[in-house]
Amino acid sequence: MISLTQEPIDPSAVLAQVASHDAGAVVLFLGTTREFTQGRRTASLDYECYPQMAEQKLAELEAETRRRWPLTGCSIIHRLGHLELGEASIAIAVSSPHRAAAFAAGQWLIDTIKEVVPIWKCENWADGTTEWVHPGMES
Amino acid sequence: MNVAVKLFAVARQRIGSSTIEVELPAGATVAKLRSALAEQFPPLADILPHTRIAVSNEYVTDTTTITTTTEIALIPPVSGG
Repeated sequence: MISLTQEPIDPSAVLAQVASHDAGAVVLFLGTTREFTQGRRTASLDYECYPQMAEQKLAELEAETRRRWPLTGCSIIHRLGHLELGEASIAIAVSSPHRAAAFAAGQWLIDTIKEVVPIWKCENWADGTTEWVHPGMES
Repeated sequence: MNVAVKLFAVARQRIGSSTIEVELPAGATVAKLRSALAEQFPPLADILPHTRIAVSNEYVTDTTTITTTTEIALIPPVSGG
């Protein structure tokens, strides 16, 4: 299942969604708010998205992941709005009978989400400036 | 025809609005939309080459035809995760 939320992410709830007696492995990925990026200090982050398209793309990626690997569970939750340092912006949990599929599926999901899902991060730098992050584009 | 285009992140910030109306000839393609956006909204001109366009929640190519009933959005490089 997939969801977008304004509330803090509870990793244990995400893990509970992929629990299965058929699973021999569970992989949890958390993306968290980092303080330093190339020497610049981050105070906080804000995330925004294109809601209908972001939900549709996340659902497509979940379906594609389940086609590619024999999973027993797959849950993706992305946080929106204002995040403080250390908070999780995304949680991805996948479960499978054996660990190789769970690791591979989790890696593919986070890599692909970062390429195609219309969600954007704004850096609120510690010096008081703000900047939308658009990889590959100088703004 | 006039079509509405949704803006996000740096595109929204530059224009100061989350939706703009663009004047296009009937039957225009996405390529024509790009050139019309650059002409009618100069602050978007330098980001358009890096920006994907979504029609009805799907990424489209420059040859796709635009109609007034489709929902159009500019998708600058994404940074979720």
